[in-house]
Amino acid sequence: MSYVMEVWLAASLVALAAGAAGFFVVMRRAGFAAHALPMAAFPGAAAASLFGFPLWAGLAGFALGGAGVLALVQRTARRDAATALLLAALLAVGALFLSLSGHYAGSVYGLLFGQVFALGVGDLPMLGLIGVCVPLLLWLGLRPLSLSALSPDLMQVQGGRPWVAELLFLALLALAAGFAVPVTGALLVFSLMLGPGAAAARLSNRPGAGLVLAMALALGLAWAALGLAYVSDWPVGFFTGVGAALVYLLARLKPL
Amino acid sequence: MMAFLQSGPVQTALLLSGAAALLCGALGLFTVLRGQAFAGHALADVSSAGGAGGLLFGLSPLLGFLVFGLMGVGALEILQTRRTAARDEAAGILLGAGLGLTALLLHLCLAGHGASGAAQAVMFGAMFSAPPGEALWACLLAGLSLLVLAFIARPLLLASLDQELALVSGAPVRGLGILFLLLLALGVTLAAMTVGAILATALLIGPAATALRLVRGPVMAAAFSAALGLAACWGGIVLAYASYGWMPGRTWPVSFFIVALLLGFYAAARLGRRA
Repeated sequence: MSYVMEVWLAASLVALAAGAAGFFVVMRRAGFAAHALPMAAFPGAAAASLFGFPLWAGLAGFALGGAGVLALVQRTARRDAATALLLAALLAVGALFLSLSGHYAGSVYGLLFGQVFALGVGDLPMLGLIGVCVPLLLWLGLRPLSLSALSPDLMQVQGGRPWVAELLFLALLALAAGFAVPVTGALLVFSLMLGPGAAAARLSNRPGAGLVLAMALALGLAWAALGLAYVSDWPVGFFTGVGAALVYLLARLKPL
Repeated sequence: MMAFLQSGPVQTALLLSGAAALLCGALGLFTVLRGQAFAGHALADVSSAGGAGGLLFGLSPLLGFLVFGLMGVGALEILQTRRTAARDEAAGILLGAGLGLTALLLHLCLAGHGASGAAQAVMFGAMFSAPPGEALWACLLAGLSLLVLAFIARPLLLASLDQELALVSGAPVRGLGILFLLLLALGVTLAAMTVGAILATALLIGPAATALRLVRGPVMAAAFSAALGLAACWGGIVLAYASYGWMPGRTWPVSFFIVALLLGFYAAARLGRRA
């Protein structure tokens, strides 16, 4: 498989997971959480490089840990303040790890904004697992996740547990975001989620169709960003961030 | 200790971080009460594009961060809708577009000047290498902003706690909201120059969230919050200065110490109240 094909495949898998997660992010109004959780990948990757364990282990460990902490702090009154502090904590720990490993200046840009052309063929199986499993699990959880977002009280009455749904959702979100980091960077995976998710929520009024539309839009956005980056030699993150804003603005033209 | 205080970069850092901490401490109180932590974070992220642009074109970092922060306020105001859910969406989309631009400008910095520390300086702060003149400007702007904030504090507090009551009593709620966002843009600009654009939120939210748990009364809470921010910043600078001797050849970033102190205060306040 040629090198460009590998990158293209990796970006597509990441986009599928991010698009699916993004649809639920918009429905559950978890925009800030979706911005904070991908930051877990920053200390995750830095810890892997400092202590010498595999990159994927660092990403997954910090992603799941971050999701757990976020689920805990969200049960307190001031949700957005607690989320902001978690975000700062993750980034500061990452900065410390990078600094101690001696790769501070060189690695900051890649981890925050992505280095898609640094991926190798060895990364593909892991990305494939995430790219297939995250949308599948979200699709299976469509009903409980919608119910717990739209009416947690009703779910409680029916004997369900909204906080379990929340924890599972955050864990899937963190995994989808964490593994997207080599492609889009910790900061811009959020755009790949929110832009298509928000546009899909405006354009469709059925959950199933919205989920599929969000994934399709994310795929289109990732392909366009990758193609433009390849042609222009500008960073993928720039086209992802600006493209997500364009997708969202176009969807907003449609009257509610 | 004398060597510490006589060093030029340390003096600049103390001044700059002091101005940022005092202003952000007071602004943070309103930010938390208004539930605008995400908007504040988005403004800081958008301002990072200005910081990167300043590096690329050799302009003053203060001016770069500030211009983009103010442009961010304008964009937020345009995208703003009445539904609270769409408010978060709009802030998130704006933040993504701003960071995308930062990615491009930093990429051009790295490619053109070979400045490998550019990303680190913009995102995680470079207060020791700020030009000394900027620190004086920062103090001046922070002082002016605090005066304006004190002037509008009463109606702003009412509008933050009970918007409908404020409307009925004739307060210009929308105008106050915009003025507050403009002050917030200045506050996160100073914080971005101190601890970096993506950590600015810590300086804005950390002290205020701690103070709201410990102190009653808005004036006391604002003062306490500003004092906590100042303690964390100056404590962080002292620790970073001391850390040069800890592990030979490896430095501990000053932003890490500041954020760690802020989080420590917050955790202590939470645990202390529960006990």
